[in-house]
Amino acid sequence: MKKTYLNHFHKEHGGYMVDFSGWEMPLHYGSQLTEHLEVRSNVGIFDVSHMAVFDLTGPEQQEFLRFLLPNDVAKISGETKALYSPLLDEDGGILDDLIVYGLGQNNFRIISNCATREQNYDWLRQWGRQFAVDVNFRPEHSIISLQGPSAHKHITRLTNNKIAKFELTHDQDMMISGTGYTGENGYEIVSDAINGTKIWDQFISDGIKPIGLAARDTLRLEAGLNLFGADMTKSNSPYDSNIAWTVDLNDKNRDFIGKQALTNVDKTKVLTGFYTEERGVLRSGAVVRTKNCKGIVTSGTWSPTFKKNIGFCRIEKNHGDIGTSFLRDKEIDLNFCNNNFLKSLT
Amino acid sequence: MSIDEKNLKFLESHEWARIEDDGTVTVGISNHAQELLGDIVFVELPEVGGNIEMKASVAVVESVKAASDVYTPISGEVMEVNENLVSSPEIINSSPYNQGWFFKVKPQNINELNEMLDLEAYQKFSQE
Repeated sequence: MKKTYLNHFHKEHGGYMVDFSGWEMPLHYGSQLTEHLEVRSNVGIFDVSHMAVFDLTGPEQQEFLRFLLPNDVAKISGETKALYSPLLDEDGGILDDLIVYGLGQNNFRIISNCATREQNYDWLRQWGRQFAVDVNFRPEHSIISLQGPSAHKHITRLTNNKIAKFELTHDQDMMISGTGYTGENGYEIVSDAINGTKIWDQFISDGIKPIGLAARDTLRLEAGLNLFGADMTKSNSPYDSNIAWTVDLNDKNRDFIGKQALTNVDKTKVLTGFYTEERGVLRSGAVVRTKNCKGIVTSGTWSPTFKKNIGFCRIEKNHGDIGTSFLRDKEIDLNFCNNNFLKSLT
Repeated sequence: MSIDEKNLKFLESHEWARIEDDGTVTVGISNHAQELLGDIVFVELPEVGGNIEMKASVAVVESVKAASDVYTPISGEVMEVNENLVSSPEIINSSPYNQGWFFKVKPQNINELNEMLDLEAYQKFSQE
């Protein structure tokens, strides 16, 4: 199994290590519930160095990205900012989701998921050939995610710059972006492994708790953020995955991969949030029924923040407000709501 | 390892059983099981007074990660269930062999427990 440079730390600090797409990663360090609540109420750090970093070089980076992605990097042109986008195939199917970072001076970086790194590397190089651009995979990078309402107090260790959501600052050694996967204010810090180790150790000695991948999953679900591979796959488009907003059609002259196909893809279904008050958890694969339609749960968990079962369900648009499902042979009621539970349940 | 574990017998499905002084049998899930499940958030317990059959699924334990059936290693009448688990299921994580017990059975045939693994055999099994 592949290991991040913090692997020894995780093992020495009680990390319950699991195989995560070929990487030995900490699921939790004792209790995923405690870790989740720590991030919601205070702050925590995640080792997400297993994610894939691609740095672009060459004069046509922006042209390439405007063709590669449905979201339009022209929006962050000339700025140091981050932009979320899915990666689509020619059929408009979702290959992955990623964040593209504008580093200024027409230089861009992409960070995408771990399980899809080879696919993405091949895809980026394949389409990159049509542009004056090189795709450089950076396997040696460290990515530390600092997340929580107190994160801004701790980031001052690394920079005096104020970094708002989706803004970023960077120098030769380090990039700090106002991004994350928790719904909290937070930062992602990309550096080499030597700097990464120093930053991690410094945060730990400041009393910040390490957070495992299990809490990362419940945090992102509460925040209404999709998990590629669970909530969206190649068989889905942005329209049935609650990310239609990433399809930027403002520049009518811009072509991008999948654009033509997106005009014809099925737009009758949506990915909606739901919750139940029942004792039990509807999980991925559970069938949901309403008066006139049928859907399927893509992610489901027990929400540590709201103390109830929450999840996402892919179902026809006109699903109404309530539905039913089965929890171990017992029929239960559920309520549909906005995917961002941090807003819809408070 | 606590001294208590040595008096326990185990199923390969990760339940434990202990014969009490009054002849009843207490059942719970193993430390290894709670580690595999992670933070436990719900339990469903059998009905007091009901009769249960060896190897039947009689309870459910659900963590943030997954739900799992709990099988009884012994047939008999359910004498008592641990109601504390309903409001505080995390006790199972912190004390699987003591405060985290699930239910007590008045056994029909105590010899049913002979089919279970002792601690050493169970540890060997669960490490594989």
